[in-house]
Amino acid sequence: MNGTIAWLFAVTFVIGAVGLLGLVAAIARRQFGAGGAHVPFLDHEEGWAEDPVATPRLQRVLGATPRSPDPAELRDRDACDRSSRGPVLAFVLSAVAWLAVGSIFGLVVSLKFQYPDWLTDQAWTTFGRLRPLHLDTVAYGWLSMAGMGVALWLLPRLLRTPLRGGRWATAGALFWNIGMLLGTGALASGWTDGLEWLEYPWQIDGFFVIGGSLAAVPMFLTLPHRKVDHLYVSALYIIGALVWFPILFVVANIPNLHFGVEHALVNWWFAHNVLGLWFTPLGLAAAYYLIPKIVGRPIYSYQLSLLGFWSLALFYSQVGVHHLIGGPVPGWVVTLSIVTSVSMVIPVFAVAVNHHLTVLGRFRALRHSPVLRFIVLGAMLYTAASFQGSMESLRSVNTLTHFTHYTVAHAHLGAYGFASIVFFGAIYFLMPRVTGVEWPWRPLVDVHFALIAVGFFVYFTTLTIGGLLQGQAMLDASRPFTDSVSAAAPWLWGRTAGGLLMTLGHLVFAVHVGALALRAARAPALSLTEEMT
Amino acid sequence: MSTEALATAVGSAAIVLFAGGALVLAPYLQLEHIEPSPGLRPYTPEEAMGRGVYVSEGCVYCHSQQPRDPAQAPDDQRGWGRPSVPGDYAYDYPHQLGTMRTGPDLFNVGARLPSADWHYLHLYQPRAVSPVSVMPSYAYLFDHVDTVRPGDLVVKIPPEVQREPGIVVATPEAQALVRYLLRLDHTAPVLTASQEEQP
Repeated sequence: MNGTIAWLFAVTFVIGAVGLLGLVAAIARRQFGAGGAHVPFLDHEEGWAEDPVATPRLQRVLGATPRSPDPAELRDRDACDRSSRGPVLAFVLSAVAWLAVGSIFGLVVSLKFQYPDWLTDQAWTTFGRLRPLHLDTVAYGWLSMAGMGVALWLLPRLLRTPLRGGRWATAGALFWNIGMLLGTGALASGWTDGLEWLEYPWQIDGFFVIGGSLAAVPMFLTLPHRKVDHLYVSALYIIGALVWFPILFVVANIPNLHFGVEHALVNWWFAHNVLGLWFTPLGLAAAYYLIPKIVGRPIYSYQLSLLGFWSLALFYSQVGVHHLIGGPVPGWVVTLSIVTSVSMVIPVFAVAVNHHLTVLGRFRALRHSPVLRFIVLGAMLYTAASFQGSMESLRSVNTLTHFTHYTVAHAHLGAYGFASIVFFGAIYFLMPRVTGVEWPWRPLVDVHFALIAVGFFVYFTTLTIGGLLQGQAMLDASRPFTDSVSAAAPWLWGRTAGGLLMTLGHLVFAVHVGALALRAARAPALSLTEEMT
Repeated sequence: MSTEALATAVGSAAIVLFAGGALVLAPYLQLEHIEPSPGLRPYTPEEAMGRGVYVSEGCVYCHSQQPRDPAQAPDDQRGWGRPSVPGDYAYDYPHQLGTMRTGPDLFNVGARLPSADWHYLHLYQPRAVSPVSVMPSYAYLFDHVDTVRPGDLVVKIPPEVQREPGIVVATPEAQALVRYLLRLDHTAPVLTASQEEQP
C-alpha cells in the first residue's frame, strides 16, 4: 500500500514539476502571456489614475500624461460597470450586512475570555455556539459574498464586454443568503456538522451549492464574448476560484463518507483551501487589477504573475494537513503538506514582487487614494501572512504555536489583514462605478481605515504575544496547564480592544455603504437600464 | 469559451483534484481498513448522545482530542495520555480532533478525572473547581427544582456558586455528556508511530 502511494507521488510530482518547467520555458520564450499586462488599460490610459474616491491631486503626483483615453472606450467601460450592477449590489450589500453581524459575534466571543460567566444562561449565547457563528458568518457571509461581488464587477472590465446573465448571479445571491440564514439558525440551535469551517449542516449546504453555481453562470456566459486578446491574470484567479470552491465544498460536505482520522484530513484540506483557493484568488484578482489602475502603470512582471497563479494552484491546494502536525495521521501526508507549505514562498514571492514593485516610487499616491491605502496594506499583509504560514508549518515552530491563540492571530492576518482589507478597498472603488453615485461622506472612508488599521494592529500583536506565552507555558511540563490560561489572559484584553475598533470600523463602513445604496435607489436618472440578458 | 479560458478551468480543476487525491483519497485507501484499537468498543446510546452534546455545544473549539508524542511535547506528563493512533477514532463521526487548547486535551479525561461528581460541578461552574478557567458555565444543562422526583439525578453544588435557588438536578443531556467524558479513556497500550520506527 505505502509503496503504491510512494509511486503515485513520484509520478505526480514529476508531472507537476515538468508542467511548471514547461510554463517557465514558455514564458522565457515569450510564447505565453506577453501583452497581458496592458489588458486593464484602455488606449492611451497608461499613466492615468483611475480612482473614483481619490482627490484630484492623485493624478498630479503620478505625473502629467500626454493624451487622454478614448471617450468611446470610456463609455464602453461605463457600460461594463453598469451591466454588473444588479448582481454586484446583491452580493456586496449582503456581504456588508453579514460583516456587521459577524463582527458583533466575534466581539462577544472575545469578551467571553474576560467575562466567562457573561451570557451563559442560554445555550445559543455561549462560546461554543457563537465561536462557529462568528467564523461562518464572516467566512461565508462576508468574505465569500464580497469576493463574488468583486469578481462579478471585475469580469466585464477584464473581458471588455458587458456581463451576460447577471440575473443568474442575483438569484445566486438570494440562494446564498437563504443558506446563510438557515445555517445561522441551525448553529445557534446547536445543529451542526461539528467540523470547524464545515459547521453548516449538510442538509443546508445545498443552498450554497446552488447559489455558488448560479453566481458562476455569468462568467461562463460572458467569457465567449470577450473583446481582449489575453486573459488578464485577475481573470485566471477568478476562473480558478469559481472552479475550485465548488469541488472543495462538495467533496468535504458529503455526509457519511468520511471517517475518523480521514475525516480530520478532509476537514483541514478543505479549511485551508477556503483561504488558499477561494479568498486568496479573489483577493489577488482584485489587487492585481486595482493596483495598476490606481497608479496608472502595468504590473511589474506579467509573466511572473502567471507563474504565481499556477504555482499557487499546485502548492496551496496541498498545504492543509499542516494543521494536524503531531496528530494521529499518516506521517507522509503531514510531510507532504509541510513541503508544499514551504514551497508557497514561490507564488508568494511572485505576487510580492508584482504588488510591491508596481507601487514602488509611487508611495505619494497613498496620501491621495484611500482605495490604494486599503489595497497596499492588504497586499503587504498577504506577503506577511504567507511567509508566516510557511514558517508555522515547520515542525519546530508548529510545536510551539499549534493549539494556541498564535494560530488564531495568523488566521486573521490572512483572512482579515489580506482578504478583508483588499475587499474593503475594492468595494470603495466599485460602488460609485456600478451605481453612478459618489460616496456620501468621503472622510468616513478615512475613519474606517484608521479604525481597522489601528484595531487590527492591536488585535494581531497582542494575540500573537499571548499565543506564544500560552504555547511556552504548555510546553513546560513543570508548569501547571492553568499557567497557559493565565499567561495569555492579559493579552486577550488586547484582542478585545482591537476587535472593538475593527467592529466600529465595520459599522462606519456599513452605514456608509447603506447611505450610498439609498442615494442610488433615490436617483432614477443615474440608475441606467440594466443590461442583462 | 476560448481555449485559454478552457485550459485555465480544466487545469485548475485537475490540480485541485490531484491535491484531493493526495490529501484525501490516498489516506482514505490507506486508513479504511484500520481496525479499532485494542479494547475500544462502540459507543453506548447514552455515550453517543453525550457525544452529540459535546459536538453541538462546540467543546472542540477549546479542547483537542489528540495527545502528541512525548518526543514532541510533554502531553503525556500532563496526564493526557499516549500519542493517539488512527484506530482510536474508529467509532468517531464527526471527528473531534480539535486544533485549540484553550483548555486541556480531553482524549483521556475519563482516566485522568474519573469522578462524575467532579464533572457535574465543573460543568455547572468551572470556576468552582479551577479559578482561572475561562470555560463557560453550563448551568443550563441542569434544572433547579423544589422537590426531587424518582429518577432525578441530584448533583451537589455548593450554595455560593448556585445560580438559582432549589435542588440542582442534572438533565439527561448533562448525564449523557458526563457519560461520554468518562468514556474518554484511551490508555490501553498500542503500538504508536514512534515505537514502530524504532529498530
